[in-house]
Amino acid sequence: MGVELFLQYIAAGVTYGIIYAIVAIGFNIIYNTTGIINFAQGEFVMLGSMIAISLHGVMPLLPSIVLASVVTMFIGALIEVLFIRWLKSPTVLRMIIITIGLSILIRELALSIWGEGVRALPYFTGNEVSSVEIGMIRISPQVLWVVGVCLFMVAVLQGFFHFTLLGRKMRACAANPVAARLCGINTKNMVTLSFMLSALIGAVAGCVVSPITYSQYNMGTGLAIKGFTVAILGGLGNSLAALGGGIVLGILESFSVWFMPSAYKDAISIAILLVILFVRPSGLFGSKERMALKEF
Amino acid sequence: MRKYLGIAFLLMGIVAIQLVASFTDSVYYLTQLTMAGYYTMAVLGLALLMGYAGQISLGHAGFFAIGGYSSAVLTTYNLLPYRDGLFYRLLEALQLLQKREDLYGDTIVNLHPVVAMVVALLLSALIAYVIGIPVLKLKGHYLAMATLGFGIIVYRVVLGTALFGEADGISDVPPFRFYGDLGISGDMDLRVENYYIAWISVLLIMVLFINLLDSRVGRALRAIHGAEDASRAVGIDTGDYKLKTFVLSAVVAALAGVGLTHFNGGIGPSEASVMKSVRYVAIVAAGGMASLWGTMVMSTFLNFMSLRGYFGSYDDALFGGILILIMLFAPEGILSISFRRAWKRLIPRTERVRDGDTEGR
Repeated sequence: MGVELFLQYIAAGVTYGIIYAIVAIGFNIIYNTTGIINFAQGEFVMLGSMIAISLHGVMPLLPSIVLASVVTMFIGALIEVLFIRWLKSPTVLRMIIITIGLSILIRELALSIWGEGVRALPYFTGNEVSSVEIGMIRISPQVLWVVGVCLFMVAVLQGFFHFTLLGRKMRACAANPVAARLCGINTKNMVTLSFMLSALIGAVAGCVVSPITYSQYNMGTGLAIKGFTVAILGGLGNSLAALGGGIVLGILESFSVWFMPSAYKDAISIAILLVILFVRPSGLFGSKERMALKEF
Repeated sequence: MRKYLGIAFLLMGIVAIQLVASFTDSVYYLTQLTMAGYYTMAVLGLALLMGYAGQISLGHAGFFAIGGYSSAVLTTYNLLPYRDGLFYRLLEALQLLQKREDLYGDTIVNLHPVVAMVVALLLSALIAYVIGIPVLKLKGHYLAMATLGFGIIVYRVVLGTALFGEADGISDVPPFRFYGDLGISGDMDLRVENYYIAWISVLLIMVLFINLLDSRVGRALRAIHGAEDASRAVGIDTGDYKLKTFVLSAVVAALAGVGLTHFNGGIGPSEASVMKSVRYVAIVAAGGMASLWGTMVMSTFLNFMSLRGYFGSYDDALFGGILILIMLFAPEGILSISFRRAWKRLIPRTERVRDGDTEGR
């Protein structure tokens, strides 16, 4: 295999991997404040891109993406307020089932609104055939958009969690909800906020990747399970590691088409998930001691 | 003997429904009831795992599909080209092959459905065992995701493999004859017989499960569900019990898959889909998690309605909605709330206390 082709595969892997990482970070944000894995996480990505595509029919690209992301963010808040907020110390099993039910409802709703068709936003710059040459490889400018926007989001999130009062409050809830409440932090609002944040980043990621991967009502489940794989790969709750995990999974997946039929591509990432769950549930980058404190 | 009271009622119910259907000239309802019966078997296995051993499985349709597909492949795969091989002659000598004509009038030779079924059940038990050892060490989200992952892998493999017919599935699966023409088949004239075959199987599984839960195993399972660490502390080998329950429920699901495949004369990839697994979980949840009877009633009702097409295109949405509503408002199941309320209204407080004492026997 030539070096160019090799690098081309890497580039494709990184593109997908970064999207998985964003979904994983969405999982992490909610997991950190609530201890819940939101199985409807992939649906936020789907909603963001589908709403943006519909809005793009009546307005330019940028406003439609911004509006779609904000709408998805409020859908995230609505979900939390309606289905999560008022439950008194629900069991993990109950939360799993509720979020799975939500993902089905959102998907079916999307099916009845947008139908089964495959849709896409237009390329942000250029079109399907335009490409940018970087070193030895040629990539679509949209790939740069995906990588750029997602890295930017990760950086902003890191800044938000470490340097703003609100972000620190959220981290306090993650570390110790009772202590946080004693310090006067409204932990319930922080949970709502975490749903809004993860819906927001999911929606933005859905919009930037839509021109490449296309959007369909049922894209959420696959994204959710891959995002979860990545979240586990990096160690649940650790967002920077999720970025690394995402890129690793994306590259593995793009190389997997070499040695097995592409129909099994999804099975690869799930097999990786299973292996990691069995062998090292604390993740590749996670520390065993820290994970010992968390519920498996 | 009291534990068989329910079984007796079930038997009467089965017969009553058949009689009503036959006398009102609506035997066609029995077709969907037969299918609902097979699904109920799979759901009962899941109820044992979820409600009693307390382990969620979001990949149970995978085991159903493993059973159905193994059986379908083995009974449709033409063995005639291998007729000179030793293995073929061995099977022929043991009368484990059956000859029939395919759609084009050519003679084909397949494995006998009994052999196929045994292989299917053993295979599902083996897979459940191998998967179960690592999976059941996980808890909570990790267990849910791991089983979900398993289900998706089965779905992808079925959908992507030519041997399993890819998106078309496998059709032309022969009937599973026990005696003469009697057996599991989609034959219109055997509708009543098939209804009984399916529901007697359900009944037998109920008997098996009820006895199982009434034994040392059942008490151990309940202890595990209540407090896993505590039950380990009193000497219950929790891992072993969980694994055995997992294998048992997988085998029951596979058996259901075998039955439905022969009844429908085929199987498609949708049987392995995640939505099917979620649907099973929804039914168990609606039935009250730790209630075999509740699960059976809900499963029969919901599957029948769904198969008759009463839910239309809202089928999946309905099951999603059921999941949410049950988990939000009645995590112990629909039947449990109505029973408890009625109980409180009917029986005064003092009597309830006394009755509570006797319950502890």
